[in-house]
Amino acid sequence: MKTLVWVEHDGGSVKDATLATVTAAAKLGEVHLIVAGQGVGDVAQAAAKIAGVGKVHVADDAAYANALAENVAPLIAELMGHHDAFLAPSTTTGKNIAPRVAALIDVMQISDILSVEGPDSFTRPIYAGNAIATVKTRDTKLVLTVRTTAFEKAAAEGGSGTVEAVAATGDAAKSRFVAAEKAESARPELTSAKIIVSGGRALGSEEQFHALIDPLADKLGAAVGASRAAVDAGYAPNDYQVGQTGKIVAPEVYVAVGISGAIQHLAGMKDSKVIVAINKDEDAPIFQVADIGLVGDLFTVVPELTDKV
Amino acid sequence: MKIVVPVKRVLDYNVKPRVKADGTGVDLANVKMSMNPFDEIAVEEAIRLKEKGAATEVVVVSIGEPKAADTLRTALAMGADRAVLITADQPVEPLGVAKLLAKVVEEEQPGLVILGKQAIDGDNNQTGQMLAGLLGWAQGTFASKVEIDGETANVTREVDGGLETVALTLPAIVTTDLRLNEPRYASLPNIMKAKSKPMATKTAADYGVDVAPRLTITHVAEPGKRQAGVKVGSVDELVEKLKALGVAK
Repeated sequence: MKTLVWVEHDGGSVKDATLATVTAAAKLGEVHLIVAGQGVGDVAQAAAKIAGVGKVHVADDAAYANALAENVAPLIAELMGHHDAFLAPSTTTGKNIAPRVAALIDVMQISDILSVEGPDSFTRPIYAGNAIATVKTRDTKLVLTVRTTAFEKAAAEGGSGTVEAVAATGDAAKSRFVAAEKAESARPELTSAKIIVSGGRALGSEEQFHALIDPLADKLGAAVGASRAAVDAGYAPNDYQVGQTGKIVAPEVYVAVGISGAIQHLAGMKDSKVIVAINKDEDAPIFQVADIGLVGDLFTVVPELTDKV
Repeated sequence: MKIVVPVKRVLDYNVKPRVKADGTGVDLANVKMSMNPFDEIAVEEAIRLKEKGAATEVVVVSIGEPKAADTLRTALAMGADRAVLITADQPVEPLGVAKLLAKVVEEEQPGLVILGKQAIDGDNNQTGQMLAGLLGWAQGTFASKVEIDGETANVTREVDGGLETVALTLPAIVTTDLRLNEPRYASLPNIMKAKSKPMATKTAADYGVDVAPRLTITHVAEPGKRQAGVKVGSVDELVEKLKALGVAK
């Protein structure tokens, strides 16, 4: 099987989400990549070094500068004329593009795969991760998005892929990129952080959220996350949100502060290696999944912890 | 401008899904069903655009079993003007739903279709993008803000690491994220009024679309359970544990 993997990049370097997607693709067959963007020569060279990669297709054109699905999907649909499977990471970019590709080539996409069970069979979470479905497709081609935390990352070095330019398919002129507001932060990115400190509604206010969570995260070199309840209450921005409707994370250590452990939050972090929970309610569901629990008032416990670690 | 809003009837988001013992699926017998929360946000957004004068009519569509009529009545009670119920004998996958919706769009000629970004049962996150692909329309997915400006929709999207704004040429597709709005509750008088609002009933076959599933669910299992660990009695003990993990110095 010849697979085509969407290379997630920031214009300069390959993002880690790509590496896990390559691992998933390698379970199906030959791994080819598509790098789409403007001025992405360096990205293509870096992508060619990913272990196990064959051909790297590069579409370098202004139309692909912001990965607009209206422009990128026809490009991939055309490449799917001679590939058997398209895989994209379950990032917001991947989730935006892949279903549009699937519709163009009349394939029913399989979203957010957790494992490859065979050439036409995969597992995926449904009902916010409360159930795991094994699905088998009768489509002859595959369109998959990949839950990147479920696959090991392929080595970023050691490969010797060949870079090949592909003709651009043009600007569909349906949409235009206007602006991006990137949350600037010196902290690690949430989805690739080794340690995450997350705050919940028990923090009580935006001020207290930042006053308590930020110093602990900085002391540990951790990313900051939040529960949906905390985001809904306005204590933290939405891109902090960990959970089924937010980001799915699986760090080495996840510290949940004042988070009760709603189903939808657990769905986003329960694959973390070690879960630490601090909560004043000893019956909070978070303690049922926590490896280390501390029952206590976060307003005294967290500053003390920040001081002592 | 007309707005079409597809809505799905799903297991209520407050109900914990239970996997059937025989591994064939999730038990939906005698449990509360509601409108998919992201679809409620879509209905609310369409109604707000109508209230602002940017839209003239809000048409809600549901595809599924006959009971989906209840979900459509909820949308009508919130303020939608009219409903189309498309019944199907078996669950229709996102690709089939998108194909049916493309037919509805052909009939209704809306300027905007607003959908939930995903349904909380299948968690596919596909239908809006697929519909946009089939129609060749612009798509603004995971929207946290929608502004109509003449023939353009400016959509702010929730993306990894921040926000992104795109300008879409109408007609276009928008899918909703959580922060777009807070859906209203239907008042009792509006619930009464909704009963007399028009609802057309059709079948998938009426549209001549092949909605036969491409996927077979061969097994549904509970996810692996985590074991609860230990509780520590003090911050000092916690620090010791963190040190053992190499997290604290």
